[in-house]
Amino acid sequence: MKTIQYIRNVVTLKLDVNLCNGCGMCIIVCPHAVFEINQKKVRINDIDDCMECGACALNCKPAAISVKSGVGCASGIIRGILANSDPSCDCSDSKSSCC
Amino acid sequence: MELSIDVQSLKPLSSCIPTVSTRLNWNDYQGAIKVRWGIGRNHYTVVPGLYKVGNPDSQSDVYVSANYKLSFDVLRKNLCSFNTWILVIDTKGINVWCAAGKGTFGTDNLVNSIKKTDLAHIVKHNKIILPQLGAVGVSAHKVREQSGFRVIYGPVRAKDIKPFVQAGYKATPEMRKVGFPFLERIKLIPVDMMGERYKLLISMLILFIISGLDRKGFLFSKMIETSLFPLIYIVSAYIAGIVIAPIFLPIIPFRPFALKGAFWGVISAIIMMQFIHVSLLETISFCILSKSVASFMTMNFTGSSTYTSLSGVKKEMKWAIPFQIAFTAISLMLFILSKLS
Repeated sequence: MKTIQYIRNVVTLKLDVNLCNGCGMCIIVCPHAVFEINQKKVRINDIDDCMECGACALNCKPAAISVKSGVGCASGIIRGILANSDPSCDCSDSKSSCC
Repeated sequence: MELSIDVQSLKPLSSCIPTVSTRLNWNDYQGAIKVRWGIGRNHYTVVPGLYKVGNPDSQSDVYVSANYKLSFDVLRKNLCSFNTWILVIDTKGINVWCAAGKGTFGTDNLVNSIKKTDLAHIVKHNKIILPQLGAVGVSAHKVREQSGFRVIYGPVRAKDIKPFVQAGYKATPEMRKVGFPFLERIKLIPVDMMGERYKLLISMLILFIISGLDRKGFLFSKMIETSLFPLIYIVSAYIAGIVIAPIFLPIIPFRPFALKGAFWGVISAIIMMQFIHVSLLETISFCILSKSVASFMTMNFTGSSTYTSLSGVKKEMKWAIPFQIAFTAISLMLFILSKLS
């Protein structure tokens, strides 16, 4: 089953295959099946499926994965710009629609 | 320090841990419906700590949840006939995925909760099961280093827990995937509508006031008489952007949400044109306005969606916001002109 894709060629996900130990943790945590095993190492299947949640990089023990993660949320980004900080998905104490 | 540990270990730990039911009652369902409409959504919480399901012992599994009651309820409902522990960590009443994104469902918080509940003395194994989406905030190898507990990422959805356990704690690729199916999208619409209602009210108020403008100044009677049509336009654009666009999200081929919304804004304006006959200037003004409003509203739905990346949203906002602002300004100017001419 192919999931819906968002805008192409923007994702900041990077994989350093030389550091990969093939543990497959990224395959487990990725909600969009971006990774697959290829000859005892991992490779990126379709990078445009990535939503930059950052789970893979956070759970990659050899730090082979990097991604500039954050919330893909327009009102969060607007709030971030207004507050002069990082985009925040601050659904708890604002009237935002986020998540 | 030494003393406090002694006191802890003297307490009959497992006997004072509350047991929860795996059956949801009417109140739970009612609460769920309410928060879906944004009512009391920020205070729908469970007290953090350890809970029992059935009669767990030192060998039983430990499931970790956020203290948003909706998350907790969906977990316990799916642990029916299990004997397990649930460790609820304090995420300030936010669901697992969002809390993980913010970092409250995170490594430090989890490690602290493990220590605070003295989990290492309650169970004789070192396995904790987290919802997969918790991985956005939790680093499994760091949890192991800091607490000794081994994180096992369960399926994304709690309803898959039973087959996951039966398969020897293995999730199928399907269980690991997050889609954005029709029903999921529908569930998110009410909260979005409620969240954006102030924006709608403010824009309605602005149009209402402009309606009263006249060459002779401001006419109250004109405002009352002519404000209905612009208000209908803006409400339909709002519905197009917040309700219709999310319903038909995958069907509209454009990838940027701002374009998906603009598409439905245009459609809504075309439909309204069939029923509402005003001057050409006003019609043009309302059409442009509908498009910007719907575009903006749908763009905000990126926050509810399950597949938009930060880089992608930033990219589309870079061109979409200037367009939305410019078109809104033009349409308001045309509207004012139509009032003065």
